Amino acid sequence: MKIAVMSSSLQDTASHAVELARSLGADQAEVSVSYNEGLSVTVRLGELESVERQRDRGLGVTVYTDGRKGSASTSDFSSKAVQEVVAKAASISRFTSRDKFAGLAEADLMAATPSDLDLYHPWDLDVEAAEALALRSENAARGLDARIKNSEGATVSTEGGFRMYANSHGFCNGYATTSHSISCSVVADNNDSLERDYWYTVSRFPDGLDTPEQVGERAAERTLGRLGARQLTTQVMPVLFPADLARGLFGHLIAAIRGSAQYQRASFLLNARGEQLFPEFVDIEEDPLIPRGLASAAFDTEGVGTNRRMLVERGILKGYVLSSYSARRLGEPTTANAGGVHNLVVGPTINEINDLITDAGKVFVVRELLGQGVNIVTGDYSRGAAGFWMKDGEIQYPVNEVTIAGNLRELFQGIQAIGADIDFRGTVRCGSVLVEGLTVAGQ
Amino acid sequence: MQVPLLVGSALQIPNVVSVMKNISKSTGIAPDVFGVVRRQLLEPAGLSFKYLDRALSALMSRRLDYGDLYFQCTQYETWTLEDSIVKDGTHSIDQGVGVRAISGEKTGFAYSDQLDEVALMDAVVAGRAIVKASGKGKGKVKVPRLAPGGKLYSSLNPLVNLEDSQKVALLTSVDKEIRALDQRIIQVIASLSSTHEVIFVLGSDGTQGADVRPLFRLSVSVIMEQGGRREQGFGGGGGRGDFSAFVSDGVGTRIGQEAVRQASVNLEAVPAPAGNMPVVLGSGWPGILLHEAIGHGLEGDFNRKGTSAFSGRIGDRVATDQCTVVDNGTLEGRRGSLNIDDEGTPTRCNTLIENGVLRGYLHDKLNARLMNTVSTGNGRRESFAYPPMPRMTNTYMLPGKFDPQEIIASVDKGLYAPNFGGGQVDITSGKFVFSASEAYLIEGGKITRPVKGAMLIGSGPEVLQQVSMVGCNFDLDPGVGVCGKDGQSVPVGVGQPTIKVDSLTVGGTATD
Repeated sequence: MKIAVMSSSLQDTASHAVELARSLGADQAEVSVSYNEGLSVTVRLGELESVERQRDRGLGVTVYTDGRKGSASTSDFSSKAVQEVVAKAASISRFTSRDKFAGLAEADLMAATPSDLDLYHPWDLDVEAAEALALRSENAARGLDARIKNSEGATVSTEGGFRMYANSHGFCNGYATTSHSISCSVVADNNDSLERDYWYTVSRFPDGLDTPEQVGERAAERTLGRLGARQLTTQVMPVLFPADLARGLFGHLIAAIRGSAQYQRASFLLNARGEQLFPEFVDIEEDPLIPRGLASAAFDTEGVGTNRRMLVERGILKGYVLSSYSARRLGEPTTANAGGVHNLVVGPTINEINDLITDAGKVFVVRELLGQGVNIVTGDYSRGAAGFWMKDGEIQYPVNEVTIAGNLRELFQGIQAIGADIDFRGTVRCGSVLVEGLTVAGQ
Repeated sequence: MQVPLLVGSALQIPNVVSVMKNISKSTGIAPDVFGVVRRQLLEPAGLSFKYLDRALSALMSRRLDYGDLYFQCTQYETWTLEDSIVKDGTHSIDQGVGVRAISGEKTGFAYSDQLDEVALMDAVVAGRAIVKASGKGKGKVKVPRLAPGGKLYSSLNPLVNLEDSQKVALLTSVDKEIRALDQRIIQVIASLSSTHEVIFVLGSDGTQGADVRPLFRLSVSVIMEQGGRREQGFGGGGGRGDFSAFVSDGVGTRIGQEAVRQASVNLEAVPAPAGNMPVVLGSGWPGILLHEAIGHGLEGDFNRKGTSAFSGRIGDRVATDQCTVVDNGTLEGRRGSLNIDDEGTPTRCNTLIENGVLRGYLHDKLNARLMNTVSTGNGRRESFAYPPMPRMTNTYMLPGKFDPQEIIASVDKGLYAPNFGGGQVDITSGKFVFSASEAYLIEGGKITRPVKGAMLIGSGPEVLQQVSMVGCNFDLDPGVGVCGKDGQSVPVGVGQPTIKVDSLTVGGTATD
């Protein structure tokens, strides 16, 4: 991708569309333009299975006329299509109602000189090289144990893109990002049970990936660990969420402190700012500016400059996750979270989570969660699960076909410790989390 | 692989089903779909049928088993009401072509969201590269045969069939009427979404299929508050057609009323029980059980690869003899219905389980060929930007002989669950979940108290062997389901009579 050329052409397209909207009578207008391309190569059972090439474009326009909003989008960048999409957005705004909170984020909040967060590291990868890496990963998995008898394959993918945002305050800025990944999924069979699991690595830069062998071996180990699983008897017990699943718990926190959930009163954490939601040892920082971070951005999807902030300090909720719209609804400043939350860094509270598991006596260690089962309005939490039953630090046997249930408010209060085994593969960066007192339902 | 069935809603309103049937009867004329394809999809892009033949021949110049070109133009629109005003409307147009090249088990896939001769040929070259340049193919494509024109839904465009002002008025009136019902309502969020999709597929096996697909949905979410406690309720309905009946017959209001009813039931709910117990599932949307426990596990890709808990089990008894389950893409006006699938194969009614015995898998062309059978009309894709896979359409269990009241009366202590949110399945282990959004305790053969929503978990190959009673009633869902697999979402339907499962694990918090 010739990113410099792409950048200036997308910039022209975006600012042109904003001018067009203003000329059609819009009081305010904003345009986002994106371009992505990628390659994804999958091997299965030692053979090339699929090669997929991806290329997407999108242009979205939002206009505000007399407090009324209209949006339209297209994948066609021709000047005729851009004219049509702007006209469509304007036409929609004639039918929506006047909303005094609607509009762009305030002009003085626009990011002045957004810093370069080093998010673009293209991988010069052709199909043959990708195939070779995928084969290394799948071979490592299949070679680990004779009980790995089948495979869903290993995939190597790379993508890069550019996103530009322009609005009628005169803001027009964009940045390029890349994302690369290796994943592997295999099936183990010991004659009376068939199990499958997977593992993956993802990074903005090729050198940030785990090796294909690490991914394959981890996938195989996880799959083997499931063989011979059975139900637990129904009981209340401590549950350990490993880092990759613990991320989800903090995801539920975010869903409940989003501005829209607050002003819609659709949250179990309604007006909870200032409350002691977690034990005192829990700190959560939002850091949008981590170089090469998967959820880093110097400005949000409204052009508002981002900053580091403490979201939870000593267990106390310090703020909400707001766009300019929800901020105006709540009568406070935006937190630059239009488009979502940025990197969330959850501070570890213990170096060695295994010590704690030993101390806890019996623990259900979750390996997989199934289904949605989270009610953000009430905080009720009930999900399908598989994992291990551990006693005094020793694995007793693998478990499946159970549910874990509780209420998120109590679950947050019941956090015993957060490990230092941090998973960097998503928006939330956290370690394993040990929680007491969830209901495990089984036999 | 985890395969969630995500839904925005969960309810059953029997009259939605009957209204849907009326719509399609009144407008069920086979439209001139090839004319629509030419005018709306190909001519604006400067593409002639002749050039498409050249592109397909260029694709097949490599030694391929099969290749196809899939052209699509989708218009999508949604209007959203919140705080009693319609705050937002969005409209999008997405078009492009997907090119697929298959050799043995290998698939090359490329697409372009630009529609013109150059972009098409670029995609052909990228797609066919899965097969190395050496082995030259014949470039031959079978003589085209047109797939029969569809009759399952009208070709009316739901985006333009109602005026924008009428859509806004529908949302506003639903909001006004339901807010008047109950003082405890603190928020109503309602949205109307409609899609108009024109597709054209050319396959190297001679397939030429065209379809014009309308799709619409009304969703209503209500939050109610009582004594500091807040609960949510959902209502929804839709199908392949347009909103006319929602305006003229008051269906929109009934969908809103259903959301209010569910929220008010949940305001009274006590903690759900935890552990194994008998569960009576209501008719209609609880058929999500079949989608998760059975349907995904019978999709041809998993079975061809031997990674499904149902692999190699055709002819085995997997359910009690009261259970007959089908996947039927040919129901008029239903959300999961298609005249032809996305490979141009006409849809049909496929029997999955007959009187308890496993009869068949769901196939697309790739997996059918590798398993020496024919496509069952289940090759579906989210859009031109994704390759097709075996997917469900409308999956349901046929009615049995028991009165639904008799089924409830047979349970001494258990759960009655008439409404659900989403579900998910682990294809390989066969473990599946589905999440009750409205449930009641059954005590001494009677429905007593409402309980909070809870996850139910079971094992796909075993759960239907636990079905001891199948009701004589039957409902399809109201038309809101979305199924996700491998990152691709497609609209689907489910249905069933009231059934009793002797033992399922209920994921509540109350441990006696």
